[in-house]
Order: sequence, then structure tokens, then C-alpha cells
Amino acid sequence: MKNINNKISGAEAVIRSLIEENVDLIYGYPGGAIMPIYDELYKFQEKINHVLTRHEQGATHAAQGFSRVSGKVGVVMATSGPGATNLVTGIADAQIDSTPMVCITGQVASHLLGSDAFQETDIIGISTPVTKWNCQVTKAKDIPKILAKAFYIAKSGRPGPVLIDITKDAQFELMDYKYEKCHSVRSYKPVPDYSIEQIKNASKLINEAKKPFIVFGQGVILGDAENEFKDLIEKTGIPSAWTILGLSALPTDHYLNVGMVGMHGNYGPNVLTNECDLLIAIGMRFDDRVTGNLESYAKQAKIIHMEIDPAEIDKNVESDVAVLGNIKDTIPLLSSMVNKNSHKEWLEKFNNFYDIEFKKVINDEINPTKEGLTMAEVIKEINNSTKGDAIIVTDVGQHQMVTCRYAKFNKSKSNVTSGGLGTMGFALPAALGAKMGAPEREVVAVIGDGGYQMTIQELGTIFQTGSAVKIVVLNNNFLGMVRQWQEMFFDKRYASTELVNPDFVTIAKGYYIEAEKVSERKKLKNAVNKMIKSKKPYFLEVTIEKENNVFPMIPTGASVSEIRLE
Amino acid sequence: MKDLKTTFTVSIYTENNLGLLNRISAIFLKRHINIDSLTTSQSEIKDIFRFVIVVNASEFMIKRLVKQIEKQIEVIASFYHTDDQTIFLETALYKVKSKSLFDEKHIQKIIKNSQANIVTVSPNYFVIEKTGWREDTEKLYNELEPYGLLQFVRSGRISVSKEPMNISNILGLNSDK
Ligand SMILES: Cc1ncc(C[n+]2csc(CCOP(=O)(O)OP(=O)(O)O)c2C)c(N)n1
Repeated sequence: MKNINNKISGAEAVIRSLIEENVDLIYGYPGGAIMPIYDELYKFQEKINHVLTRHEQGATHAAQGFSRVSGKVGVVMATSGPGATNLVTGIADAQIDSTPMVCITGQVASHLLGSDAFQETDIIGISTPVTKWNCQVTKAKDIPKILAKAFYIAKSGRPGPVLIDITKDAQFELMDYKYEKCHSVRSYKPVPDYSIEQIKNASKLINEAKKPFIVFGQGVILGDAENEFKDLIEKTGIPSAWTILGLSALPTDHYLNVGMVGMHGNYGPNVLTNECDLLIAIGMRFDDRVTGNLESYAKQAKIIHMEIDPAEIDKNVESDVAVLGNIKDTIPLLSSMVNKNSHKEWLEKFNNFYDIEFKKVINDEINPTKEGLTMAEVIKEINNSTKGDAIIVTDVGQHQMVTCRYAKFNKSKSNVTSGGLGTMGFALPAALGAKMGAPEREVVAVIGDGGYQMTIQELGTIFQTGSAVKIVVLNNNFLGMVRQWQEMFFDKRYASTELVNPDFVTIAKGYYIEAEKVSERKKLKNAVNKMIKSKKPYFLEVTIEKENNVFPMIPTGASVSEIRLE
Repeated sequence: MKDLKTTFTVSIYTENNLGLLNRISAIFLKRHINIDSLTTSQSEIKDIFRFVIVVNASEFMIKRLVKQIEKQIEVIASFYHTDDQTIFLETALYKVKSKSLFDEKHIQKIIKNSQANIVTVSPNYFVIEKTGWREDTEKLYNELEPYGLLQFVRSGRISVSKEPMNISNILGLNSDK
């Protein structure tokens, strides 16, 4: 809306600012307090594609999925009140998993603030503990500056979600528009300086170590340091294990990739955590699901912690050498100081543990002889069909652990899952976002029958956008992960974990999505191949053995070396 | 040891931001750390604010907490100090019936000995101010209390550190270019 003075409205300034930040995709849901911005979106629809999800939570997870595969900032819009509160779960998820996201919410007019006006909620207060930064804007003239700052903060340093709340009067108000990108905020240091001294100390420990072991996290992916990381481990020959969010940073079949650490991780890396003489943590934060009982976690080892966020240093595990900074810078420096090595015997130990795990767990899971289908054999078929080139999106529960354990990855940024928050309902919308963030790639969502029904309405968004997401529901008619705990720790008292499910195939078809259900092993391969071949959204339900459990497992409170195989 | 608790003064330099108090107090709340006192004011640098927060906690906890505070975007720097690393004071105000001042000769002596100041005298009441350590204001409280205190209030701790905190340097350095 231009007037004679070339002034534009705050709402238009929002859209122009987004265009300046190269945003061409937004997930959101309109409502009263954000209508002026939607009106501008209508005018700028050639430049920005707004995807109407079916629930605001879906918009956040879609933005997360988009960001995780593309490395770009996910953008979300919602109205005030319930629209804004519906974002909270996704924002919390993005915060704990360090996903860059900018959420723009409408707010009641500034003169109504604090009056309990219709659809007024204190979204700044509500979102404060789960945002990297948030800010309310009540004057149109502040919009470009605040949005520039929002994008800078969301994506710099350790990324995270930012929420900007814009009052309706600020959206209408006219202003002189000028956009300047933000390159610094004086009170904020996104990347701490590294110390050459500490890198030297780290290299010394590495050169002296007989049994060094690397555990890497999402930092390798967020730091865009996959190649640097691979160079380091190949030069030093150090066995390397991943946290759930580090998955796909190193190809599955790399000879130094020894599997997953943590509660349902692999046998070798968990047990040998308590046998290594040097533990090198790279871009990970020693989550309790990774460490088990801290009192008996790697006590025998020296610890090197390479990390961008100073608050993570010594938070859970105290390090002997902390290397702050961006690993994209620090890893190559470290690589240049370490000796070439190969820890053949030590690596062999991991392989021996793998053989035990294979005999006791993996073989029965991927080549089952019993009648019921296992989750792992479905993943094996997906691997066969996609050759490890797909982006795999998972929800939360048994299927998530099984998928992360068995899925094969050739490329980075291919594993999209809710790690830190464990948000059921994440996968379906996140898969939509992933497909839109990497349209040339195959995207397969693997979801439990419980979590699927938490955001099942996003089938509508998938259908409306025509995104060729492949949806696999592993149906065990249970909230499987909770059931497994009830079986193991609550004498099989299955309190409210059994699900009586609808006809999922009919529901998918109701959204005009091609769908099939498989309950027999002999039909599985063809069904998976047919799904992967399809160029359209596709739904596949697989009936899974009801009481299929995930092993190995570190019971809560136990040490990593007490991991159970059965 | 890990659990040994002592008094720490946390000093936080910040940009003036509406929501910051909320963010900072949430960091304490989440870890069940009670804030004994909290004062905010302008700092030695224009437009930069300073929080002084007193807590009773273990050093193990306070170290981690200060890093979490520093991580907030609008926080420039955050420090923690033990009592012997800072110069600190509190101020207390005591409102007493004027009648007691004249009837009870002893009160005048108490005021004089405690080196407190009389801020205001009116026909009905007078107000005494005492600045010092907690023991000083508490001692005066205990002495005046028998004569009837109409009102009593004590400020949060204000404190300066013995060692420099170099905020200007930090401000000069923070740029990502
Ligand atoms: C929003 C939310 N609510 C509750 C939980 C707790 N929870 C974790 S796993 C799980 C069961 C998931 O069941 P399902 O989606 O069927 O997957 P499965 O474990 O059977 O593979 C539950 C209830 C959660 N993680 N997220």
C-alpha cells in the first residue's frame, strides 16, 4: 500500500524484509491479528509460497524439516492467541535440536495489550524459555531492523528459533522502508574464539592415545564440517560413533563408523565408551540419553570437547581439553597437528562387539523367522529400495530407534528426527518440509501408529501441495515404546498404551493419497518398491508384530556399559 | 564439594530489554535456585544495565548457571563472586512513631550508636536510614523493634567487584564480521 510519500505499511515491510532474507517459502495459518500480513502475502505470492498447514504445530515441524535438509532458516507465521500457543511445541523442539527458525506471530493492537483482549496471549512470556531470542514489535518502523536481527540470531552460532510478535497496529502503520542485513549484535558473540593452545593440547592427547574414540553430534552437520570431520578421522584412524542427531554426517558404511551411542545405540560404542582412553566429543552435548548414568560415564578416559556453545562445556561431562569455536575452523587445525595413525586392533574390538550384537539382536530383527513382521525388516526393504540415498524422517518411539539403527545413509542432512524433545507428531509435517527443502530427493517418513495420529491432518497439506512424500506407518497397535517400558519395568501392566486404530488406508485415500496396507512378509518388498517408484505422495501401512521390542537398551540410571542385549 | 552452598553475587551486564528479567529469572527458577535479592540499575556505561543477584548455591551450579545467563542474546557478560571478592552494601529504612523518639530517650542513643541517618521527621513519624551489611541493618532492626516499627524495608544487595570486569572491552570485541 504505497502513498504519496512512498511509505509502505508495516505488513508490507514484513514481506519485503523476508524477501531480502531470500525467504521464498513460509508455513503458516492465518487469523485476525495477522491478516494485514496475509494480505501482503497475497500480493507477493509470485515471490513467496505460503503453505497452509492444517495446524500451527504442523507449520513449525514443516519448517524444521525444511531447515534440517536445506540448512536454511525455516519461517513460520501464525495469528495471536491460539495460533501462537500452537507453535510452542515446535519452537521448543527447534530450540533443543538447534534448528534455525523464525516465527512471526500477529498480536492484538498495542493499545489493547494487557487488557485480555480477544485472542491476546502473552506469547513473548510463553515462548521465552524455548526461544533463542524473541521480541515484540509495536511500531512499524522497527520491523525491518528486528527481522534482520531475527534472521541473524536464528542462523548464526548455535542456531535456534526466534519469535517476533507484531501488533496489528504496527502492521497497518505506514513507515519509510529501508532494509539492512544484520551482521552483528554487540551483546552476542555467536562463535567463541578458539585457542590454538587448546587445539595443540587436544592433538597431544590424540597422538598419545592408544584407544581413542570419537562421539559426534549434529554440530558436524550444522557446522557444515562433514568433509573436515572425515579427513580428521581418516588421518587418525579413530573409531567414530554418532548421537541420534549426528546420524548421516558420516556415511553408514564408512569403515570408521561404528554406530550409535546412547539408550538404544549399538553395543560396541556404548560398552567401549567405558574402555577408551580418550573420548573426543565433537558437536554434541552429552545428553542423558547418550551418557546413561554420569557417575560411571567414561571415567577412565581423558575428554576432549569440541563445541561452539560455551554453556555446553562442562555442563554434564567435565572435559580435560575444551576446544571452543566453529569446528569448521578447529577440526582442520587439529588435523594438521595430529599424526597419521590407524588403530586396527582397537577398531577390531568394535567389530567384535558388532558381531555379538548381530548374532544376538540384529539378525533376528532384519532376517526374522517368526511370523510377525519386525520394524527392522521394513527398514531393510526401504534401504534396498532407496540404496541409502533417501532422506528418512522419523517420529518418536520404537520405530524411530529402529530406523536410526538400521537405515542406511550415504549423504549428510538426510536424517530428520525429533531428538532432544522427542515430539510425537513431528514426522508427518517434517517430512513435508523436508520434501519441499530437497525436492529432488526421495523423502520417506517412518511413523508409529500413535504419533501419526497426532498430526495426521497434515495429510491435507501434503495432498494440497502435491508433495511426493512417502509415508510408512509401522502399526503395532500400541504406543510401542511406552509399552516396552511397561513390559520391562512395570510387570506388563499396559496402562493406556493399546490403540484401537481406524482404517488408515481409507483415511489416506480420503485425502486422495494412494495407499496400501501390508501384513505379510512376502508382500513387503513389492509394496515398498511400489511406494518408492511412485512420483506422488504415497501411504504404506505395515502391520508389525505387536510386542516387537527395541534392543539393545540402557535402562534409565544404568551405566553405558550395562547395556542389555535382551 | 559439589553440593556445598555459599553466597554468591551474580553480576550481569545487559542491553536494556523488556523481556530480559523474565529470561534471567527463568534460568534460576528452572534449577530451583532461590533468588535472595535482585537489583537492577544503570551501569557505568550509557544504555547498559546491570543486574546484581544474590543467591545461595553451590559453585558447581553457579558456574553453569552463569554460562546459561551469558548465552542470552542481550546479556553482554555475566560474572559470579564470593563475598570477599566484592564490596557490597544494603540499605534499610525504618519508620517509627515520632512519639517514641521523644518518650523513649534510649532510641536516640540507638540511632547515634548505629550511625544511622534520620531522613525525615514529621509530627506523626520519622524515618531512619541505615546502609551497611546485613548484620548492621539487622542489628538496628532488633534494637528498634521493641519500640514498634510502623514499617521496615531493606533493599537488595548492591555490589562492585574488586577485580575489573572489562565490559567496554567485551563490547568492543563482539562483532562477527
Ligand atoms: C507428544 C508426546 N507425547 C507423549 C510422548 C511419550 N511417548 C514416547 S514414545 C511413545 C509411544 C509412541 O508410540 P507410536 O507412535 O505408536 O510409536 P512406536 O513406539 O509404537 O513405534 C510415547 C507415548 C511423546 N514422546 N511425545
